[in-house]
Amino acid sequence: MREASERKNFIEEEDTTEVKKSVKHASETGPTVRVQKIKKNRIKGKLIVFLILAGALLFVSLFARQLCPYDPYKQDLSAALQSPSPEHLMGTDRFGRDLLSRIIMGSQASIYSTLLLVLIVSVVGTIFGVFCGWKGGKVDSVLMRISDIFLAFPELVFALAVAGVLGGGIQNAIFAMAAIAWPKYARIARSQTLAQKETPYMYAARLSGDTTFQMIFKHILPNIMGPVLVTAMLDIGTMMMGLSGLSYLGLGAMPPTAEWGSMMSESRSMLQTYPWVTLSPGVAIFISVMIFNLLGDTVRDYLDPRQRTK
Amino acid sequence: MKSYIIKRLLQLIPIVIGITLLSFAMMRMAGSDAVTQMYSQSGAIVSEEVIQKAREELGLDKPFIVQYFVWLGGLLRGDMGTSYVSGKNVFSTFVSKLPATLLLTLMSIVFTVAVSIPLGILAAVKQNKVTDYIIRFCTFIGNSMPNFFIALLLMNLFAIQLGWLPVMSTGTTFISGIMPTLTLGISMAAKYTRQVRATVLEELDKDYVTGLKAKGVRGSVILWGSVLKSSMLTIVTLLALSIGSLLGGTAIVESIFMWDGVGKLAVDSITMRDYPLIQAYVVWMAIIYVVVNLVTDILYHYLDPRVRLGGLRD
Repeated sequence: MREASERKNFIEEEDTTEVKKSVKHASETGPTVRVQKIKKNRIKGKLIVFLILAGALLFVSLFARQLCPYDPYKQDLSAALQSPSPEHLMGTDRFGRDLLSRIIMGSQASIYSTLLLVLIVSVVGTIFGVFCGWKGGKVDSVLMRISDIFLAFPELVFALAVAGVLGGGIQNAIFAMAAIAWPKYARIARSQTLAQKETPYMYAARLSGDTTFQMIFKHILPNIMGPVLVTAMLDIGTMMMGLSGLSYLGLGAMPPTAEWGSMMSESRSMLQTYPWVTLSPGVAIFISVMIFNLLGDTVRDYLDPRQRTK
Repeated sequence: MKSYIIKRLLQLIPIVIGITLLSFAMMRMAGSDAVTQMYSQSGAIVSEEVIQKAREELGLDKPFIVQYFVWLGGLLRGDMGTSYVSGKNVFSTFVSKLPATLLLTLMSIVFTVAVSIPLGILAAVKQNKVTDYIIRFCTFIGNSMPNFFIALLLMNLFAIQLGWLPVMSTGTTFISGIMPTLTLGISMAAKYTRQVRATVLEELDKDYVTGLKAKGVRGSVILWGSVLKSSMLTIVTLLALSIGSLLGGTAIVESIFMWDGVGKLAVDSITMRDYPLIQAYVVWMAIIYVVVNLVTDILYHYLDPRVRLGGLRD
């Protein structure tokens, strides 16, 4: 099981082969440094663009309340189910609530909670993994077996069960997703820690009198941050889809809270008559996931150490 | 090889114990046990003594670990208690719904393989050409859409706009299965095409390919004769690994299309707080997933000539 997942990770990493390959060919045939520089600059440019886009999403989700043109919760049945018009740019829903305002407000639940979730699992997983890698021995193997058990569940199945036991609510959905996501980070952090632990500079640090605490925070953590960060960035999109999926099933955010997944589920009976009401939150999820996926891919290309050394 | 299989089977034991223990503990944490659930469902107000007595009868007053082993014994005999809601046997309910889910899973895998292996190979061969960019663009789109969104889009297109397919499934038939299959298949194919592409590209980059090219072997011969043959192993392994996300994905898709499988059963049970059924779902899905992974690992070992011929570890 573990072998298999490691193999998978390895192959997923290989996704960047084409960039590396062209760099390699260039080094065989001609002006290595220049080609490398152009590649690097292109990635840097992409990184800036996607960072700005992701920043814009974050901005919207942080200031959702101020950006809404109407109150997203105010019902006005006389204005129910209007088509898009200059007054209501995206129309209104069944209760006459302005759809654009609800989608903007929904970004708070969707984006904000996804980022929170990714932050929690990456921090918890990293702490767990560094601890295991640093301690080694029996403690390590027992704790890693425990994380294996979590990996043995198909992702969403476990999240469903946890959310089912805890009941609805966005916090519970975050907890449910976190319960399955942390072992991946623990595994990465552990293997990185193991690799760092035996390096000569660590011995040097110990000889020069660094305490364990100093060694972990000054040397191990900064050196293992790259892979953890890349995984976290690539996870944002998946997590967002997972969270909104739970909300769609009624196990995440509860109506009337504006959340994209639950908005779609709430209005799914209107797919036939008023498709835009049902589908527009989906478009919002799609666009956000796409931006975060693009950002994740670019961050990976940028930070990939193999690429940096070439 | 034999020792490898035995070793892997032994490793399975702690994992299965872990899975069952965790699922059992989780349902206990849910707060209400069978007795309170039973009485609250019937609406009857009963005295503390009656509850206590019913608990003793069901063995709920025993320590946690004893209860766990009693439950585990039942699990092995196919007895997982009765549903709080319908009063039927949990295990037989679960088993009766399983074929529909397995059928859906199988259809999605067939779709995924049929779509993504040709596309992945094509994209790898035409690397950085227009075809490659188009395929990659499509996989990117597919990767960024949650499956309930794909489901609603398909429903809107095929059932409402075109009227070709029924909106809700009308039983476990092929026609009703098309949209759920497409939904699961599209997300899976998007991910998988990228992996196939990466695998083939990696293989194409190896020295022996350059050697064959230098010898003047035709490109198509290199591709079909050597590259694909050696990439297949990885490609098959990756497919087996993605079954996990498929098993989970069925829950959402089945409840959207009213496909009568275990995923829908699980979601319905969660809404009704029918804990024994949720428990059965979690435990058995995890066991299926672990077994699939185990079989994959063993197959991988068996198919890899380096391992089979004793060149590598084991």
